[in-house]
Amino acid sequence: MHSITELLQQLVYGLSLGSIYALIALGYTMVYGIVKLINFAHGDVMMVGAYMGWLAITVFHFPFFPAILFAMIVAAIAGIIIERAAYKPLRNATRIAALITAIGVSLFLEYGGMLVVGAQMRTYPNVFPETMYKIGGITFKFGDIVMLVTALVLMLLLHFTVQYTKIGKAMRASSFDMEAALLMGVNVNTTISATFAIGSALAAAAGVLYGIYFNSIDPLMGITPGLKAFVAAVLGGIGIIPGAMVGGLVLGVTESLVSGLGASTWRDAVAFLILILVLIIKPSGLFGKNLREKV
Amino acid sequence: MKRVSILNRKNALTLFLVIVIYAVIQGLIVTDILPPLYTSTLIQVCIYVILAASLNLINGITGQFSIGHAGFMAIGAYFAGIVSVKFHGPLFLALLAGGIVAAVAGFIVGLPTLRLRGDYLAIATLGLGQIVMIIFQNMDYFGGAAGMQVGRHVNWSWAFWGTIISLVVIHNFVNSTHGRACISVRENEIAAEAMGVNTTKYKVLAFTLGAFFAGVAGGIYSNYMYFIQPTTFNFLTSFNILVMVVLGGLGSMTGSILGALIMTVLNVALSGIPSLRMVITALLLIIMMLFRPSGLMGTKEFNLNFLEKKEERTVA
Repeated sequence: MHSITELLQQLVYGLSLGSIYALIALGYTMVYGIVKLINFAHGDVMMVGAYMGWLAITVFHFPFFPAILFAMIVAAIAGIIIERAAYKPLRNATRIAALITAIGVSLFLEYGGMLVVGAQMRTYPNVFPETMYKIGGITFKFGDIVMLVTALVLMLLLHFTVQYTKIGKAMRASSFDMEAALLMGVNVNTTISATFAIGSALAAAAGVLYGIYFNSIDPLMGITPGLKAFVAAVLGGIGIIPGAMVGGLVLGVTESLVSGLGASTWRDAVAFLILILVLIIKPSGLFGKNLREKV
Repeated sequence: MKRVSILNRKNALTLFLVIVIYAVIQGLIVTDILPPLYTSTLIQVCIYVILAASLNLINGITGQFSIGHAGFMAIGAYFAGIVSVKFHGPLFLALLAGGIVAAVAGFIVGLPTLRLRGDYLAIATLGLGQIVMIIFQNMDYFGGAAGMQVGRHVNWSWAFWGTIISLVVIHNFVNSTHGRACISVRENEIAAEAMGVNTTKYKVLAFTLGAFFAGVAGGIYSNYMYFIQPTTFNFLTSFNILVMVVLGGLGSMTGSILGALIMTVLNVALSGIPSLRMVITALLLIIMMLFRPSGLMGTKEFNLNFLEKKEERTVA
């Protein structure tokens, strides 16, 4: 790092990458908050979203916003199907059984996707003009700004949904105490499906943004960002929605600073190191409260 | 309590069967009747049997949930490879070195992380497995991302007897006081602690022993495969080992052996179409969890007890 400008430049890159992680992390955290399941397949739902966006842009010639909407709707449906087919029958099984099923679903999406679309990489179409804005030596690409804004709008929308709508109230109730919510007349099944749908839609949006950010997609693209988004969710405190947003941004910035220092091959290791340190020092995350163990 | 002699009929019969299996396959290899593909499949089965049995010790017997087993396999593979290639050490020493370094790593890693429970431990071990892979990718001494040339020192005899020794050690551990303590941790950690079982000690012990045998298996792997690369030991390999254990039944050693056998043969048979292979693996995993979450064997073991006379069985 040579100067303060370069530092700020890395910060800008980190924020756009971090907003993608945050969008994926939100899905992890919402699902974990309600069904206490690490949805390993979440990163692969993001891959499905990225492919749907690709399809919408290159084949249907949609502009950016309808394309991202299309991807979000398809992924939401996929999320509901996954939840109903694979996770719902296991709701009362052991956590380990559910976790193994999630790994199975993840592998199925990755390699099933590979059978359908082929293993090769695809270039993501460039939907944004190559305009650059220079403010005090820091360059902002037009695409980066759209990405950040899209992510922020989606997060605000989510916050509004969770805090002020009926389904959001049902989600919070189910995540607080599922049985009590059931007794109070909350339709827990619908609520869980809605949670999966919203989480998957956010992941799909992240997938489209990720495709644009890195210019290429492939069926295994979901693995690494999926794991890192999980790190982000744990960092912020799993089950806590603002925690996932902050965790995602912190992780994105950290990663781009590590790359900026010239250690880009260690970038992935840093993310996992953060994960392990958080788990050992404060497993409940930055925003979490410590819970006493009940016998 | 009456002590059961080591040389009872059951053990003698098991030993006899093991020797017969070894001799028949060794005979087929020496006389060139068995095609090389089959030999290589059998050696891979041996490697994965050790891996699955050692993961079963952690996940099945002690009830922890590690999904970073390939990390320990990688450590064993690389250090055994270094001993073979750079120090020209004998194979036995190489395997032992791989196992010991992996065990040390397992101990260092296990001590802090085993305080975590369930899915947190799963994620931590997954992360550690990835970190191990990235470290090997960045170390030029180990060949970096390009990989390391090791050469072939392992043959069928080494793989087979290595597997048998590992299985005997793991089996005896499980049936000892320590093994019972591990099972009590699995059944109810709080109750075990209340009964005076040092749960942390047994969790770390099982983890370290599991890491040791994963290292030995990694050593056999690197000394058989000519060439190893860090990406061989990514988390897909960890998942693969996990699938074997789950398929056989968490907590059943014979189940792990069966799972390793089925999955390895399936992998070799479908190696021409890798993505279809993975889809089948994934569906197998999902269907298994939906309809028979306890695996093929549950926690039961296949043994030769039914061959014994009734009065002997009540004593044992």
